Amino acid sequence: MKRVYSNLMTNLLNNNFTITGEIEPLKTSDIHEILFTAVELAGYVTAVNITDNPQAFAYMGGLIPSRLIQEEVGLEVVYQLTCRDKNRLALISDLLAAGAAGIRNVLAITGDHTSLGDNPKAKPVFDLDSAQLTHMIRRMVDEGVDLDGNKIDSPPSFHVGVAANPNADPLEPELLKLERKVAAGAEFIQTQVVYEIERAKTFLDEAAYLKVPILIGICPLKSLKMAEWLDKECPGIHIPQEIMERLSQAKDKGGKEGVLEENIEIFGGLLKELKHTTNASGCHIMAVGFEWIVPRIVERAGLKRTFDWRSIISREITAISNAVAPKQQASTHRPEP
Amino acid sequence: MIITVSKPVDELLTMLQPFKRVFIVGCGECATVCQTGGEEQVKRMANELSKLKEVVGVTVIESPCDERLVRRDLKNTAEMNNIDAFLVMSCGIGVQTISEATGAICIPALDTKFMGKVEKIGRFYERCRACGECILYETGGICPITRCAKGLLNGPCGGQANGKCEVGNWQNDCAWVLIHQRLKEIGQLNRFKKFREPRDYQLKAGPGEVIWR
Repeated sequence: MKRVYSNLMTNLLNNNFTITGEIEPLKTSDIHEILFTAVELAGYVTAVNITDNPQAFAYMGGLIPSRLIQEEVGLEVVYQLTCRDKNRLALISDLLAAGAAGIRNVLAITGDHTSLGDNPKAKPVFDLDSAQLTHMIRRMVDEGVDLDGNKIDSPPSFHVGVAANPNADPLEPELLKLERKVAAGAEFIQTQVVYEIERAKTFLDEAAYLKVPILIGICPLKSLKMAEWLDKECPGIHIPQEIMERLSQAKDKGGKEGVLEENIEIFGGLLKELKHTTNASGCHIMAVGFEWIVPRIVERAGLKRTFDWRSIISREITAISNAVAPKQQASTHRPEP
Repeated sequence: MIITVSKPVDELLTMLQPFKRVFIVGCGECATVCQTGGEEQVKRMANELSKLKEVVGVTVIESPCDERLVRRDLKNTAEMNNIDAFLVMSCGIGVQTISEATGAICIPALDTKFMGKVEKIGRFYERCRACGECILYETGGICPITRCAKGLLNGPCGGQANGKCEVGNWQNDCAWVLIHQRLKEIGQLNRFKKFREPRDYQLKAGPGEVIWR
């Protein structure tokens, strides 16, 4: 029997429709906002992804936020790790540190190219690709060795997730890559954003043979402008006319607030549809910068809070944190359940 | 073919600023094809430069990257002409070979871009990164190390849309979509699915040497 280390994996293996969220540490050395955001999401998502320099922007590393979110907020994290900025030595180091920090889910991704980021002159690393990173993490967890076979004293325990792009056109090479990542040991899949339910369904059907839980990516649209930008400027992403019209009407009626309220209707509906009419294992909701909307969308979809957020703080981690770290200010903002 | 482009004039003049007596050397191979260091370009450079410097001589060496030819053609050139510097219109290999063979100061007139194919004059495309472990037979003759912006070995990343790459403003083809198409055409799709282990960068550690005699 396979060992299960995390709530996320437990939920997925039990076929519970699972919601994950996303927090982007930004260009700051202040942790408080990250923890407040985690508090907003706690209870509504089973786990929250902590991004690793998304879009190749140089932001706060994910390790410390991940540890503090788990400890201080009691919300499980999916620690994202890209191949763009670190060679295999740095990846192994970070993974060992993540293991020590009590992180139990890792998302192994390639990473957007450095030339698209905010330090575009940077040297891109890509020592490994996402399939190779998945393979390496599996070796660390399952065999207790690093990539070159050197023994790890006390190996880490992770579940490894990978990304997939249902918008890929052509889709076949994407699926074949996914197949390779699954063969390398990927245990769950979180997809890029999808706005068309049909596209999600096609992808879910095409990828069903992989027999790995798939969480479909959802990204609410903060403004009409953002929707138009995504639709026009991001190849592969198509926002259905119906959503555009609904947002546009909402803007005419209720302005900015109206657009946000309409988002709750649109994406609550999409979430509900995905849950009831597809074989998706769950949804990964990315509402970076307005994470407060996630609980509203989840509630609108008729989903209940999946767990008591306090229950997942492991005693072990709490004990270590009490011993080594002073309590963060943010812990005083922990909401009453 | 080693693909080169001419450096901007300002940069050239800055580099040449301390020198008076300059000898210009062109390249009869790659830089001739690129039209950056052939007979014509060397002549034009001499004309332009003679307004500011003393151009004491010009020559186009068959292959400035071949030390034997450099020794033959440039032996004593520096001393006999009492030159301050060579202005070398070749790739970086030519510049260094001349510098090593003659001991003279060598100024690069070109920027070396890549190893590429010549489609026609003025259209050059990178095709090899000299990784030292060629896998072209597995990838339908399309090099993912060179043509994938991330050098990925196991298929396309999420930065592919409509067969185009996120790097370069969606103008370049996604190498892995090309590889997929090609392998499908030649009935070798099974090769696409093969998991490729991480590369061995020991093969690229330190300056490369091939010594067999």
